[in-house]
Amino acid sequence: MRPALLELLQFSLLVALAPLLTGLVRKLKARLNGRIGPGLLQPYRDLLRLLRKEVVLAPNASWLFRASPYLIFAAIWLAAAIVPTFATGLALSRTADLIALVALLGTARFALALAGMDVGTSFGGIGSSREMMIASLAEPAMLMVIFTVALLVRSTSLPHIAEYLLMHDVGIRISLLLGLLALLIVAIAENARIPVDNPATHLELTMVHEAMVLEYSGRHLALIEGAAMVKLQLYVSLVAAVFFPWGLARDFGDASAVAIGVGLYVLKLAFAGAVFALFETSIAKMRVFRLAELLGGALLLGLLAAIFLYVSQEL
Amino acid sequence: MLSLIAAPLALYGAASLLGIAGGRRALAPVYLLSGLAAAATAFGAARFLANGAMPETAVLPLGLPWIGAHFRIDALSAFFLLVLGLTGTLTSFFALDYGRHDDEPGRVLPFYPAFLAGMSLVLIADDAFSFLVSWESMSLASWLLVLATYRLAETRSAAFLYLVMASIGVGALLLGFGLLAGGGGDFAFATLRGSALDPWKSGLFFALAVIGAGSKAGVVPLHVWLPPAHAAAPSHVSALMSGVMTKVALYGLIRLLFDLAGPAQWWWGAVLLLAGGLTALLGVLYAVMQHDLKRLLAYHTVENIGIIVIGLGLALAFRANRIDALAALALAAALLHVFNHALFKSLLFLGSGAVLVATHERDMEHLGGLIHRMPVTAFVFLIGSVAISALPPFNGFVSEWLTFQAIVNGSLLPQWLLKFAVPAVGAMLALAAALAAVCFVKVFGTVFLGRPRRPPAAAAREVGPTMLVPMAAFAALCALVGILPQTVLGLLLPVSAMLLPDSPGIDLSNWLWLAPLGPDHSSYSGGVILLAVTFLAALLVLVIHRFASDRLRRSPAWDCGFPDARPETQYTAGSFAQPIRRIFGSVVFAARERIDLPAPGDMRAARLEASLHDPVWEGIYAPTARLVSLLADRLNLLQFQTIRRYLSLMFAALVLLLLIVAVSQ
Repeated sequence: MRPALLELLQFSLLVALAPLLTGLVRKLKARLNGRIGPGLLQPYRDLLRLLRKEVVLAPNASWLFRASPYLIFAAIWLAAAIVPTFATGLALSRTADLIALVALLGTARFALALAGMDVGTSFGGIGSSREMMIASLAEPAMLMVIFTVALLVRSTSLPHIAEYLLMHDVGIRISLLLGLLALLIVAIAENARIPVDNPATHLELTMVHEAMVLEYSGRHLALIEGAAMVKLQLYVSLVAAVFFPWGLARDFGDASAVAIGVGLYVLKLAFAGAVFALFETSIAKMRVFRLAELLGGALLLGLLAAIFLYVSQEL
Repeated sequence: MLSLIAAPLALYGAASLLGIAGGRRALAPVYLLSGLAAAATAFGAARFLANGAMPETAVLPLGLPWIGAHFRIDALSAFFLLVLGLTGTLTSFFALDYGRHDDEPGRVLPFYPAFLAGMSLVLIADDAFSFLVSWESMSLASWLLVLATYRLAETRSAAFLYLVMASIGVGALLLGFGLLAGGGGDFAFATLRGSALDPWKSGLFFALAVIGAGSKAGVVPLHVWLPPAHAAAPSHVSALMSGVMTKVALYGLIRLLFDLAGPAQWWWGAVLLLAGGLTALLGVLYAVMQHDLKRLLAYHTVENIGIIVIGLGLALAFRANRIDALAALALAAALLHVFNHALFKSLLFLGSGAVLVATHERDMEHLGGLIHRMPVTAFVFLIGSVAISALPPFNGFVSEWLTFQAIVNGSLLPQWLLKFAVPAVGAMLALAAALAAVCFVKVFGTVFLGRPRRPPAAAAREVGPTMLVPMAAFAALCALVGILPQTVLGLLLPVSAMLLPDSPGIDLSNWLWLAPLGPDHSSYSGGVILLAVTFLAALLVLVIHRFASDRLRRSPAWDCGFPDARPETQYTAGSFAQPIRRIFGSVVFAARERIDLPAPGDMRAARLEASLHDPVWEGIYAPTARLVSLLADRLNLLQFQTIRRYLSLMFAALVLLLLIVAVSQ
C-alpha cells in the first residue's frame, strides 16, 4: 500500500473511531450503573447536532476564542496521528518524538486555557486555573515515564520504541509496571476522567474541563468535545503502542498485516474502554486539592521507575 | 573582525557623549547611533561565525602599563556578540518611541550606550584585568540605568541591593583570577589557559567562578537582586538586562569553566546541574506568585538561567567523562537557549513596556481585555508567551527539547551521583516548564483577555509602529528559530568545535527534521508541526463552514445562568495562581491563607489574606544582613579612640602580620 494512503487511513481512523470509544465507555458505565444508557452511536449524533447549530458568542469574545477550537482540534488530531495505532514507521511519525508530543498537547491545552479566560467569567477562570494546575503535575509525571522508557530503549521516538519492545524480549520489568501505572494516572488526569474530573457533571463547582469550555456553543463546542474524544483515543493508543505493541504492522506491502493491525487496534480500544468504564464506576471523584497527592504520586512512580531501571541495569 | 567591533564601540562612545550633552533633544540620535552600532556588531559577528571563526587578537597599550589590554574574538565571544547585537538593535529601535515616555531621559541616555559598550567589552576582553574592568563598567552602567526612576523608594532599595550583590560577585571573580594566575603576574587569558591547578585549588576556583558569574546571571540563591532591579529599569533596559546581561554573565561562566579552567572535574557538572534545577524551579515558582508584570518576567529570567545552567552542567559532566558527542549536544542546547531566551524575553519586556505606556500600569490585577484595544501587542505577546512556555512550534521548545535529549542520555554518565541527579533534575525541568505554561496563561489571561478591571485598561490605545515593529521582529525571529533551528545551531558549530575539539558537533544534516543523535533516537520538526496544524485547521474551517454551519450570534455570556457585569467578578492573577500557591507555595514559601469572615450582622467586608515567605531571603540574606550590621555597630567603637589606643592597635596589627609571615615561611 502507498504510504500516503496509510497516512490518510491513520488520520481518518482517529476521527472515525474516537466518538465510538467515548460512546462505548458511556454505554458500559451506564450498564454497570444498572441503566440502559444511550446507544453506542450517540456521540456521533451529538457532534453532528452541535455542528449544525449556530454559535452564540459573548460580546467581548476575541479572535482567540473563535480560533482556539480549530487549533486545538488540529493540534490534538496531529498529535494522535503521530502515535502508532495500527502500524509503525508512518512518514509523519518523525515529526515529533514522545517529548515533542507531550509539548504539542501542551500547546493545545494552552490555547484551551486561554480561551477559558477570554470571556472574563468566573467559571472560565476557575476551569482554566485548575486545568493548568492538573497539567503542571501531570506533565512532569508523563516526562518521567518517557524517561524510563528512553532509558530502556535508548530512544524517545515512538515507532522505534514500539518496534524495539516488539522485537526484543525485555522481560517483565518492575520499572515498566510502575511506568504504566504512572502513565495511566496521567491519562486519567489529562482526559478529565474520574477521579480527577467528571466529564458528565452538571454541578459547577466540581467542574474543571467543563467549566473552562462553558461559554462554547455550536460548532466550536463540537470541535472541543471532538478534540477531547480524540485525546482519549490518543492516550489509549499511546499506552497500547508502548506497553502492548502486539500486532503493529511493520511491512506496508503486506495488506493482511495492515488489516491485522487495524483489527487488533480496534480490539485494544474496546478493551481500554471497558477498563475505563470499570475503573470509573468503582471510584468516586476526588476533591481538587487531593489531586496533588495522586499526581505527585504519579511523578514519584515515574522517578522510581527510572531509578529502579538504573539499579537493575547496573547490578 | 576586531576592527568591526571598534567601530560600534566608537559609536557607543559618541552616543554616550551626545546623551550627556544633549538632554532630551539627543534622544533620537542616541538610540539611532546605539541601534546602528548594535546592528553592525550583530552583522559582523554573524559573518565571523559563518566564515569559520578564526580567532583574532589585539593588544592595546591601555590599562596597567606592564600588561596592556588584550582583546580577542573567537567563536564563543562572537556568538554572544550576535545575541547582544541582535537584541540591542531592536531594543534601541523600540526606545526611539518608548524613551520619550521616560520622565527624565537625561538619566537614561548617557548610560544606555555605555551599557551596550560595557557588555561588548566583556565579550572581547582577553585578560583578567580588562575583563574585570569591562565587567564592572557593565554593572555600573546598568546600575545607573536602574536608578533612572530613583524617586521611587522601591527603586533605591533595589539599586542598593544590586550594588552590594555586584560587588560580591566581582570580588569572587577577582579572587578566582588571582587563584588562576598564581604569583606570576601575567593576567592574559592565553597564559591563564595553561595554568595547571591542583584539585583543591581548581575546586575553589570553580566555586568562585560560580559565585562571581552566577550572582550576575541570577543563579539561586544569588538571584535576590535580579527581579527588583530588572523590574525597576525602563522596559527597553529591562529587556537588555534580562535578555543580554545575564547572558554575558553566563559567557563569563563558560569562558572560565570551559576555556580557562583546564580539564573539568565531574562534580562540577553535578553542582551546576543541581543549582540549575533549583534555579529553574524556584524561579518559576516565584514568578507564579507575582502580580507585577515586570517583576514576574524578571523571575522568569531566573528560571531560564536555570535551564541554561542545567545544559551547561550536563555539558561539563559529559566532557569530564569524555562523552564528547553528548557534551556537544548539551552545550548546543544551552547556547541555543541563550539565544532563544534573549529573543522571547526581550519581546515580553518590550510588550510590558507597551502596556505600561498605554495604561501606566504594571499591576496585572488592574488590567484586562487589552486584546481588543492593543491587538498587535497582544498577538506578539502571545507568541512570546507560547515561546517562553516551551511549547511548539516556537523557539523556546527547541532548546528545552535538546536539553531533555541530553538528560535522557544522562544514564551514560558513570558516577552514581550524576546518575541519580540527572533524572531528578529532569523532573525539576519538566515541572518548571509546566509551571511556566501556568504562569503565562495567567499573564496573558489577566492582562490581555477578559474584561478591563480598571478605567486605564479600558481606555488603552495601541502603541505606535516604532514600538510595534521591533516587537514583531522579535516574534518573527521566535517563530523562525522554532521552525528552522538549524540556522542558529549551524552558527554554534564553531563554538562547539572550539570548546569540545574532540566532538564532531551535533548532526544537522537534515534541514527539515532536527535529529541531533540520529533519527532512530529522536526527531522533531517545528516546521512540519506548524504546517500540519495550519493545514488541518484550515481544512476544518472550510469543511465546517461549507457543510455544517457558519452562523454566529452575539449574546451576553452564559456563565451558568448568572452572568455578572462587574469586571471584579473575573478570575484575577491571584485567584488563578491560588491552586499552585496552595500545592507548591505551602511547601516552598510557607504560604498561608487566612479568611476573615465577619459575624452575621457585621457589615464589614470579608477578607482573604494570603501570606508568603521568601525562604532564600529570610533564611540567608536577612540573617547575614543582621550579622553585618551587628559587627558594624561593634566596629564603630574603633572610630572613637584616643591616639594612644590607635597606635597600640597598629602595633598589635604589625606584630600579628609579622607572626603570620614567620609562621608561613
